[in-house]
Amino acid sequence: MMNKLFFLLLLINYSAQGQTNISGKILDNKNKPLLGISISLKNTYDGTTTDSSGNYSFITEEKGEQTLEASATGYKPFEQKINLTGIPVTVNISLKELVTELKAVVISAGTFEASDQKKTTVLNPIDIVTTASANADITAAIKTLPGTQQVGETEGLFVRGGTANESKTFIDGTLVNNFYYSSEPGLAQRGRFNPFIFKGTIFSAGGYSALYGQALSSALILESIDLPQQSSADLAVSYLSVGAGLQQLAKNKKSSWGISYDYTDLRLAYKLIKQKPDYFNIPVLHNADANFRIKTSKTGMLKYYGTFSATKVGFRYADMDSLGMKDAFKLKNLNIYQNLSWKEKIGMGWRMTAGFSFSTNKDNISNEFQNENNEKQIVTNPGLFAFKNFDVMTYGSYVNGKIVIEKKLKGLSALRFGSEYNYSNDKTDFTLYNGNKSTETVRENLLSGFAETDIYITNDIAAKIGTRAEHSSLLDKWNIAPRISLAYKFADNSQASVAYGIFYQDPEKKYLPSLNTLDFSKATHYIAQYQKLNNNRTFRAELFYKKYQDLFKTSTSIGQEIAVNNNGYGDAKGFEFFWRDKKTIKNVDYWVSYSYLDTKRDFLNYPSLMEPSFAAKHTASLVVKRFVTKLKTEFNGSYTFATGRPYYNIRYDNAANNYKIFDAGKTKDYNSLSFSVNYLPNIGKTNASKFTVIVFSITNVLGSNNIYTYNYSYNGLNKQPVTPPAKRFYYLGCFISFGIDRTENTINNLIL
Amino acid sequence: MKKTILSATIICLCITAFAQSDKYAGAMKKNISMLDSAMQKGNAKELANNFERIGDAEKSQWLPYYYAAYCNVISTYTEKDKTKNDAIADKAEELIIKAEGLAGKENSEIAVIKSMIASAHMMVDPQSRYMQYGATSASNIEKAKALDPSNPRPVYLEGQAKLYTPEAFGGGKDVAKPLFEKALAMFDAFKPASELHPTWGKSATQYFLAQASK
Repeated sequence: MMNKLFFLLLLINYSAQGQTNISGKILDNKNKPLLGISISLKNTYDGTTTDSSGNYSFITEEKGEQTLEASATGYKPFEQKINLTGIPVTVNISLKELVTELKAVVISAGTFEASDQKKTTVLNPIDIVTTASANADITAAIKTLPGTQQVGETEGLFVRGGTANESKTFIDGTLVNNFYYSSEPGLAQRGRFNPFIFKGTIFSAGGYSALYGQALSSALILESIDLPQQSSADLAVSYLSVGAGLQQLAKNKKSSWGISYDYTDLRLAYKLIKQKPDYFNIPVLHNADANFRIKTSKTGMLKYYGTFSATKVGFRYADMDSLGMKDAFKLKNLNIYQNLSWKEKIGMGWRMTAGFSFSTNKDNISNEFQNENNEKQIVTNPGLFAFKNFDVMTYGSYVNGKIVIEKKLKGLSALRFGSEYNYSNDKTDFTLYNGNKSTETVRENLLSGFAETDIYITNDIAAKIGTRAEHSSLLDKWNIAPRISLAYKFADNSQASVAYGIFYQDPEKKYLPSLNTLDFSKATHYIAQYQKLNNNRTFRAELFYKKYQDLFKTSTSIGQEIAVNNNGYGDAKGFEFFWRDKKTIKNVDYWVSYSYLDTKRDFLNYPSLMEPSFAAKHTASLVVKRFVTKLKTEFNGSYTFATGRPYYNIRYDNAANNYKIFDAGKTKDYNSLSFSVNYLPNIGKTNASKFTVIVFSITNVLGSNNIYTYNYSYNGLNKQPVTPPAKRFYYLGCFISFGIDRTENTINNLIL
Repeated sequence: MKKTILSATIICLCITAFAQSDKYAGAMKKNISMLDSAMQKGNAKELANNFERIGDAEKSQWLPYYYAAYCNVISTYTEKDKTKNDAIADKAEELIIKAEGLAGKENSEIAVIKSMIASAHMMVDPQSRYMQYGATSASNIEKAKALDPSNPRPVYLEGQAKLYTPEAFGGGKDVAKPLFEKALAMFDAFKPASELHPTWGKSATQYFLAQASK
């Protein structure tokens, strides 16, 4: 009995000896065979992996109803019940692709992005600081990208036929009002912000998101770093400046704080490198900054960044309107900028980003009309000369707040909406030669609301649709600006995108207050882009058309140019190429950009529709980087070429009662070759207590005589070129990090 | 009679259970034996899937997921398009986290895989990714050494990293060679906890030692 039973049980146990063959083909939703897909019977060992034609076949000893499952990263898991009886089963499967960040098309029309995220990008944050011509200035690096002009006499980005005022900069979502150091006549200024505090840079030459406004041409969107990797102390010494900084990361790695201070004094530099202006106050700059960053939860981050800068400069230059007389210009600037931002997930797929910035800017500008002995002269005939003696105090205070609420939808789709508030108060006190004073105040309260949605239909097709509405208290006007971008990915992973958008902007503050009722200026962008991006090579081509409407026109009253109406207009069209290659030449990384621009506009005091003086037809840049391991040195070079720009002598013709061009011409072509060397002597010394980088750079190595534009005297009889203050500029500096061995980090940053 | 049935049932269950664990060990051994040739054959992805299936079916064993993660990572070595590394490394990461959960805590072998995962991410764009992934990779090697000083694999990985670091930066053959020699000696002395526990790396160490000795 017992034996029988035992035998029976054994029989039951081993009854499933019959084998079933399961086979088929796995394809994606485009009927392309999928290689390497795992297919199996759920909860068994039985299964296999598809071959290059998507075929699979395996044998199982299981019986009865089982679940066949197929899974692969980036695809929706597949499951199907099958009945196993010993008869071969064929199951052909079509896997549905999931929309994932790694695979999805990128909406990139108009945009260059440099960030650390996983996705391959055109640029990396490190590229910005190692571009030879940039000297660690963010906008100077951006100027090697297509769409930008090589304007050297004024700071800012001139993008696709737009003025510098049409480009705005945002840090952690909020507008920055005084991104550059205060203007000096004929000298472009650097940005105030240290490029090392930013981990992400997005440069948009048009068609950007509804989250940003008040910029007709371009947005430069900067994102500050989160917690530092480790604590550090830094020292920077050059013949221009000394600086020191400290970054302290808490033991639990949940918060950090830092401070730094820099002192710049160009005395030595200007002794060694002769400057065209005669400096009686050689530029002196004090810069201090402080930050803290706190991880408020697993997903939350609170960041504070504040800077203080004080600068003083004074120089004399030959007066245009007289013989042998000079203008003595003096500027004192005090700027405080503070930014607080907070990001947090608020559950159920909702996310909030809030930013708040507060800044004040004070400029104290004075000008004196001086004789050859540098003595102040008040000449009242002609009256024009008397007005060359003046004092201007400007006080600006700015508050910018922004909140964005985002809801993650299926796949990568998302819905975003929010509000922005920009307050500015610009007060100007003039003191004329005779002591007469006048005060002007321009106050703006700009309230905006925006909504935007990202729609990913598949990995290959996506759209961003948004709209922005703004109300200006200054103009007492509303505007509504729709924005649409579409992107499509081809089978070879290249992609095409298009963008359309309307952009509005207030009149430039320096032409206000106006006695007339003004409206927003308006630009409409149309962009088409093709991009092929892989790890080692990037190609992109972009075509654009930009239509300007309601640009403001100016008129001169009592020596001051003020906005009078919105009758200006214009357009800009062109195409641009960008090519980056890290592969063809071993150890060499280079990029080339080319821009063609055809633009005309009638604005400010232009008598008619004409090519603006800040626009060159052809602009090209070449940037090359190479690290030589044996020498522990990185060599960087960059070359920029631009065809000549038009210049005009526009004056009011009293007889005709309008503005007229009395003289015009084109500057000669612009050429600039720059070179920099970074030497890292401590590299590879493990356990080194300090890490050193020595930087040497030369701008305009060839000493090309560049002319940016021409200035005319009041009567048009005297014409002078506006040139860089020195032919070449040299920089030599040393950066030392103490206490922490960052050797390996830096090595690999440079060589791998 | 009842007793008889009961004992018979128990015997049967035992046989089944034994057969089951025998099946596990058998399947694991079979796949483990194919690890060394996976690089030449280019079937690491297939092996990864095999191990993952075993892991999914067993539900309580950490080693199948450990090997699945390992196979995914080494499949990136032969992948020409490095941009695919991220997706594969993410998959490996998912698997090693499962393995760590089942093992109850992190161990030296798991730290080794984490180091390799970070390196795979780094290879996509070493220049800009070193800051993040290079540091993670190096710290996991150190962790692996600390968790089990007798484990030769972190020493082998360190040697490999040094071999590909230029001499000027403290790498090179002369620095790597003693590490491979040390790893090789450790491989000879290494006793895995069971037949199924990791033993891989010896032949690779020999290969790299030969390279470093050239």
